[in-house]
Amino acid sequence: MNHTSEKSGGLGSLPLIASAHEAGADLVWDRFDRQQPQCGFGSLGSCCRICSMGPCRIDPFDKGAQRGVCGADIDTISARTFARMVAGGTAAHSDHGRDVTQIFLAAARGESPDYAIKDVMKLTKLALDYGIQVEGRKVNDIAVELGEKIALEFGQQEGELRFINRAPLKRQEIWRGLGVVPRGIDREVVETMHRTTMGVDQDYRSLLLQATRTSLADGWGGSMITTELQDILFGTPYPTVSRVNLGVLREDQVNIVVHGHEPLLSEMIVVASRDKQMLEYAKGKGASGINIAGICCTANEILMRHGIPIAGNMLQQELAVTTGVVEAMIVDVQCVMQSLSDVARCFHTKVITASPKANIPGTVHIEFDEHRALDSAKEIVKTAIDNFPCRSGKTHIPAESMDMVAGFSHETISYMLGGLFRASYRPLNDNIINGRIRGVAGVVGCNNPKVPLDENHLTMVKELIANDVLVLQTGCSAIACAKAGLLVPEAASKYAGKGLAEVCETVGIPPVLHMGACVDNSRLLVAATAMVKEGGLGDDISDLPVAGAAPEWMSEKAIAIGQYFVASGVFTVFGVTWPTLASEGTTDYLFKEMGNIFDGGTWAFEPDPNKAAQLMIDHIDSKRKSLGIDKARERILYDMEMRRELEGG
Amino acid sequence: MSKIIASAAIRGAHKIVDSAESKWREAMDKWGAKQGVGFPNTTYYLPIIYGILGVPVRTLGDMEAVLKRCREMLPPPVREELHLPYLGPALDAGMATFWAEEMAEAIRYLEDPKFYAQGEDPEGDRIWLGAADDVIMRKRGIEFVDGTAPGFAAILGAPPDPAIAVKIAQELQQKNLYVFMGGSNNGDRTSKQLVDAGVQIGWPTRLVSFGPDTSAAVFAIGFATRAAMSFGGCKPGDFRKILIYNKDRIFAFVLALGYVSDEWYANAAGAINWGFPVIADSAIPEVLPTGICTYEHVVSSIPYDEMVAKAIEVRGLKVTIAEVPVPVAYGPAFEGERVRKEDLYLECGGSASDAVELCVSKRMEEVEDGHVELIGKDIDEMEEGSKLPLAVVVEVAGRKMQEDFEPILERQIHHLVNYAQGVMHIGQRDIAWYRISKGAKEKGFLLKHIGAILHAKLHHDYGNILDKVQVKLYTEEPAVKEVLQRARALYSVRDERVEGMTDEQTDVYYSCTLCQSFAPTHVCVISPERTGLCGSYNMLDCRAAYEINPTGPNQPIPKGDTIDGKLGQWKGVNDFVTKTSRGAIPLYNFYSVMQDPMTTCGCCECIAAVLPLCNGVMTVNREFADMTPCGMKFTTLAGTIGGGISTPGFVGHSKYYITQRKFISGDGGLARIVWMPKSLKEEIRERFGKRAEEIGIPDLLDRVADESVGTTEEEILPFLEEKGHPALTMDPLF
Repeated sequence: MNHTSEKSGGLGSLPLIASAHEAGADLVWDRFDRQQPQCGFGSLGSCCRICSMGPCRIDPFDKGAQRGVCGADIDTISARTFARMVAGGTAAHSDHGRDVTQIFLAAARGESPDYAIKDVMKLTKLALDYGIQVEGRKVNDIAVELGEKIALEFGQQEGELRFINRAPLKRQEIWRGLGVVPRGIDREVVETMHRTTMGVDQDYRSLLLQATRTSLADGWGGSMITTELQDILFGTPYPTVSRVNLGVLREDQVNIVVHGHEPLLSEMIVVASRDKQMLEYAKGKGASGINIAGICCTANEILMRHGIPIAGNMLQQELAVTTGVVEAMIVDVQCVMQSLSDVARCFHTKVITASPKANIPGTVHIEFDEHRALDSAKEIVKTAIDNFPCRSGKTHIPAESMDMVAGFSHETISYMLGGLFRASYRPLNDNIINGRIRGVAGVVGCNNPKVPLDENHLTMVKELIANDVLVLQTGCSAIACAKAGLLVPEAASKYAGKGLAEVCETVGIPPVLHMGACVDNSRLLVAATAMVKEGGLGDDISDLPVAGAAPEWMSEKAIAIGQYFVASGVFTVFGVTWPTLASEGTTDYLFKEMGNIFDGGTWAFEPDPNKAAQLMIDHIDSKRKSLGIDKARERILYDMEMRRELEGG
Repeated sequence: MSKIIASAAIRGAHKIVDSAESKWREAMDKWGAKQGVGFPNTTYYLPIIYGILGVPVRTLGDMEAVLKRCREMLPPPVREELHLPYLGPALDAGMATFWAEEMAEAIRYLEDPKFYAQGEDPEGDRIWLGAADDVIMRKRGIEFVDGTAPGFAAILGAPPDPAIAVKIAQELQQKNLYVFMGGSNNGDRTSKQLVDAGVQIGWPTRLVSFGPDTSAAVFAIGFATRAAMSFGGCKPGDFRKILIYNKDRIFAFVLALGYVSDEWYANAAGAINWGFPVIADSAIPEVLPTGICTYEHVVSSIPYDEMVAKAIEVRGLKVTIAEVPVPVAYGPAFEGERVRKEDLYLECGGSASDAVELCVSKRMEEVEDGHVELIGKDIDEMEEGSKLPLAVVVEVAGRKMQEDFEPILERQIHHLVNYAQGVMHIGQRDIAWYRISKGAKEKGFLLKHIGAILHAKLHHDYGNILDKVQVKLYTEEPAVKEVLQRARALYSVRDERVEGMTDEQTDVYYSCTLCQSFAPTHVCVISPERTGLCGSYNMLDCRAAYEINPTGPNQPIPKGDTIDGKLGQWKGVNDFVTKTSRGAIPLYNFYSVMQDPMTTCGCCECIAAVLPLCNGVMTVNREFADMTPCGMKFTTLAGTIGGGISTPGFVGHSKYYITQRKFISGDGGLARIVWMPKSLKEEIRERFGKRAEEIGIPDLLDRVADESVGTTEEEILPFLEEKGHPALTMDPLF
């Protein structure tokens, strides 16, 4: 049975699917159906193919083999697999961060003249965090020193990653006590790969501690570095309006879809697409302009900083091609389907791979050279324009598109809550304390064809905001909610509970805040820490009435993100499926034991998004109770004596 | 911020900045960039701009950069649909509003220097007071510091009926709040309504008519901003500290009376930056979620009779008021109210008759609590404009009562009686002077009520040391004479007792951290021979305050081992100061201006400063607004050394301390004084003379220079040489 139609996200997709099938192209849902039934051992995480004595699999029903050929038990196998997922995710975010660092350095040294330092204030702040002398120095000199120091953290062998000391003090001490503070980013990934290879670490608890250390090297390391340096290079996001869904593609313009995760090239594509010469060239080919739209997190990056519209999230990448109006789809890294080239072959779209790290047979490879970034970008844009006349007559752009407001960085949240002079998280904390806002949830992550497109995200987020939980989002989850109209300020009165709606009306925000790409989940860590430091909600992230979720996760990156959130003290629920169910030990550790060891955060798995939302709300309520803010409190009236008792300064 | 409010505030800010800019252009054309601008007699320039941006606006030309900042900060209008977050931008718009209005008001001072009255009171028809100068700000600011005024209400506009204005003003006065008024509604102005209703307005009655326009709001906000800088030690430009200081410590709010225009919204948005919420009588949208203010930001549709109570609740303020059973309004706001000759019904004391006050302690069984007795005639038996002699004898008893506390309680009579509306009190002891107004008489006020006031308030304020209070009032000549004789004998015994107390013989001093609500690192330590720098507290006051409230701001400090007897430094005191200043101040000397002098908050009556050329020390009192020989006016001095720091070469002190034996004795004592303002000389002449005799230089005061001699060291040195001032031959100060 073919489930493509019912899972692909609404009526607008149907003509696209039909046209894909007509052209003989398979889509992700077709291939998913063809994979059925998927391997039960794999689904439960009970198989191992690390060495060639295997492959081995453990019978989850205690009837067959309980040990692999090497003697590894199910807990070891499961923990090893889980740890490798964390390492994979961490490597992805961090390698992205490394590229950004290198371009940042090249820009600071003047070797990449098309890039410049855009946010000098953030540069200065970060430089001070790194103990760099800033007074009386040129911006670029500061940037070079900062870039060099950051670059060293990837290969650092001992000590601690710098951003660890951004976490609440209590959290840092927990990490130090458990020995999970990452020493260097690459070192933790490599050590995880070593410890999970045949015959090394065979205690699941010890493996999972190393997985934690690796994940922290992502959240408080590679990912955070990426966000910070991208903000400095391309500008810290500020609220902006845009539109989302396939309806943003333009019949009359050259459509260039950027897809993947890195903004390095797409930033330049945006510049090139506004170039007069390019626009003239496009006109010469019969197009009225050049329309850039994004897919996945590359989309989120340029949305946040330039308001560039989004064509869709991860599972819509092939559908975009089937509209027949995409002249070029430029892909960089992560979440890019190999099948794009097959689908593109059935239409006129050119899939252009630009990263030296990501090649796909059947695509055009135009390698991006950061030293002549704009020229590279122009070459790519020109290729797209040249393709405009090749459109076949049959095109179909779905009508669906939706307004949205995005661009909520940590800095913006602080600003929007108090202006230039009273910027802080105080109003957020106060309204959590007084109960208007019940808590804060981070709902993030991917799409997964195992569930209808976006459905889990929407069900969960609607349930949360209806219960006065403010939702922070990144990645494909944010795009999902944007398409459903949850990211407009008017959504507050329509979907949010009374208290949350009142706060949204006060600040002028939607009840769901788009904070960026999946690498920007680091912004959520910074925001949570800012809430702790603002005061009144305990002294650690684990004290906060907050929860996290990835209801349609699929990537290893999601596991890395989840693990660093849990280790940072956040209760985190995943949907769809869970990779360690075969092992009682590993699963119990992640779902329960971690909560005790790490004083707070645990994992949970709940495929039903309504029930998952309820778990999050229950957790938030339990935190409110521990904080003593579960009941309405009397207003405090201050007399002179109480004013004298206020802390000095 | 609701969308409607934010949209209106941003629109209003645009209009206000536009208007200020065009005013500025006209002024530039007329006077040029170098033309000086500013508010009168202040070292805080345009205080909001100075406090928030750290930019001193001295000339018209200086305004250009500030206007540019205003422009940069003005957000675009809020879109009807799909708007971006507007709370932060609206608050910024409010800030730009204040800067623009402050500049516009400064230009008004330039264009029409007589527009605003000078000083604390309206001058005839000129009822607008404009920016408070630094003398007023310090004098009034202290009331915010010590809690006599917990905050202020900034009234924009006016109620529809003058009677409501009078009622709201009086209610605010009774809650001890200052009332700052500006703006108009339908042509009505609250200040004007009060004047027309015969209410005395001005700083002394706390009903401050800042200006006729909405922009007068900047005088209120400027006052608050200066309080943070002068009392809170916040530095200009440290906007965050200044704003949070106001949110936490200055309990102010805005009462918006009338139609709320875009410009009003812009000002309201500005005030919210300071944590000051808005309470409106009209049906504007509300902003209830908390965050920038302590509680709600905007509440609306409040009926007039609930307005003050609602405002106080929204601001999170607790005002405790003792009920005083008198037929007139009662509270500190009425302390500064005058009773003019034409309003006078009855007078006691002054040049008219004898009047005397005495407080004595008695055994418990000798006092019947609440007993008030008048022997002689009362007001209702007297003709309008008549005079009576008066003796007020307060007899108290209590297990914790001590003889030392008698003069303290007696000194309370002055302000306690003054708090009654329509009653004016001047002086104390045998120079007391009472004036009762026709208004008070009409409301049924009797001399007997003085007894009721003293009974109620002494119980309220001093309940910890006394259990019973009875008051006897005499208005018959022989009885008054008899009390007068008895009182004078007691006064001299008390004086000798206090004079006899020395620092050396006293082992326990007292702290005063009353000002820590405003100057968080400042610690006063008070010894018998060094009274508090604010002039309000001597050591006996502190001891009594400690007895009354053992966990309060006055604590006993065993002075411990003497580290330096000459300079006045003790181990116990240092330990206490270190702890109580939270480590900021490890030690100080009581008797030196040169070496580690005592810290100074913003409240000092006088500031002494070393004059190197003259080998001496000058001192200047708060009321003296002109230049002094140290090159700084009082207000600059206070701004430089105030806020709880110890600055060698400078020290804050009380007027009384000048004539105490330990006055800068570590540096040579009274003989070091080479300059004082003339008015201060006159004020302390008698006591100064006594001290001068004690040190063997009876004509010392005549050898001390004042402003008539000069206001620079070079100008006064020849005078000192001619007079043979002793400081010139003393050990070199450096």
